[in-house]
Amino acid sequence: MNLTLHIWRQKNRHAEGRFVTYEARGISPDMSFLEMLDVVNEGLILKGEEPIAFDHDCREGICGQCGVVVNGSPHGPRPATTTCQLHMRSFKDGDVLTLEPWRANAFPVIKDLIVDRGAFDRIIATGGFITAPTGNAPDGNAILVPKPAADRSMDAAACIGCGACVAACPNGSAMLFVAAKIAHLGYLPQGQPERDRRALAMVARMDEEGFGACTNHGECEAACPKEIPIEFIARMNRDYLKAALFSPAERSGPSDGA
Amino acid sequence: MVGNLTVFKGAVAINAYGAALRKFPAVLWGVRFGLLLSVGLHIWAYLALSVKSWSARPKGYRVTSYKEASLASRTMRWTGPILAAFIIFHLLHLTTGTVHPDFKEGDVYHNLVAGLSVMPVAVFYLVAMACLALHVFHGIWSLFQSLGFSQPRFDSFARRLATLFTIIVVGGFVLIPLAVLAGILKLQ
Ligand code: SF4
Ligand code: FES
Repeated sequence: MNLTLHIWRQKNRHAEGRFVTYEARGISPDMSFLEMLDVVNEGLILKGEEPIAFDHDCREGICGQCGVVVNGSPHGPRPATTTCQLHMRSFKDGDVLTLEPWRANAFPVIKDLIVDRGAFDRIIATGGFITAPTGNAPDGNAILVPKPAADRSMDAAACIGCGACVAACPNGSAMLFVAAKIAHLGYLPQGQPERDRRALAMVARMDEEGFGACTNHGECEAACPKEIPIEFIARMNRDYLKAALFSPAERSGPSDGA
Repeated sequence: MVGNLTVFKGAVAINAYGAALRKFPAVLWGVRFGLLLSVGLHIWAYLALSVKSWSARPKGYRVTSYKEASLASRTMRWTGPILAAFIIFHLLHLTTGTVHPDFKEGDVYHNLVAGLSVMPVAVFYLVAMACLALHVFHGIWSLFQSLGFSQPRFDSFARRLATLFTIIVVGGFVLIPLAVLAGILKLQ
């Protein structure tokens, strides 16, 4: 199949970017979206042009590195699918696709379709941890976890930190990501000691990084390749409210200074 | 809304309701002041939220496609100001009578029916009520979400409550201009 691609090209953080049109010819429907870009890039390299820069690592939907906005949809049109797991059979011969990087103040474009998601790492560093005793490995069933809590925690832990939620949100909000991280630890007994501090610190960091505010559109959950539901956002709001009202002292608690 | 609906019981009932509201000026002004304060806070939150969202995405997409965002959620930013304009008009129209063609102090029934018999005015009322329906529906649902009651996006208690509340309240309001247009409420 043949496609026309309008791709955002930007030399570096400070350069002005623009859209450049490319033709992708002889694409197999069994290729992944990134393999299609590989083919285009090989053509560019043969012509002596600069290949299109895009982020990727595992190419099996688990690392969260990849991500391109395809015709306005982060990770493309297929629900619950990362860009690397999206196949070209999701498109038709002759389709015209516009490829853009995640757009958010907190995610500056580094080059072409690659953005800097360091803001997510800094949010994790302020609260994405638990306190665990060191020494010998604990006994297998020393800490009992109720099955429903374990299930919910695993649902939240599915978040791969790709940032599609921010890219999809009309407000550029990172609430779904932060909510998933807070729920992931907050459902487990091991996560309780830092629960209040975690909510306060991670939300504060999220605001400092310049993400927008949630107005409950629900676009994030529609774009999320791991189907993180916005119920977790409500849960984060509840954790935050409770912590702000009942343990304000945790606000000044030690942060590891990310 | 319930008070407004006394219009269907006739002129005497709604005029009595109007008089009852004015019986204790201190209470009336207390409530008015409270409402004014809420409106002020609401507008402040609107501005703060808008500025935050715009600065979070200084550069937008060339192509956008919405999947879950509803008409109600996407128009909040527009239905809000329309409603603010409507409230000002409504006060000038039926409270102070400034923009009313034939205002009779204290005769609520007459003012209401005469005022809403003017076609463009009635249409504005209906448009404003459509905006109110969208705004209130998303507002109520958001209230639950923002205050932390975990709810699935669709088919949840909060969605049903938002739908029910919107239908009852907006439905009640909208009956009045519709009844005037249909000739059910007439000048006596
Ligand atoms: S919540 Fe979903 S969209 Fe957001 S970072 Fe995690 S996996 Fe990606
Ligand atoms: S490359 Fe790892 S998730 Fe797509």
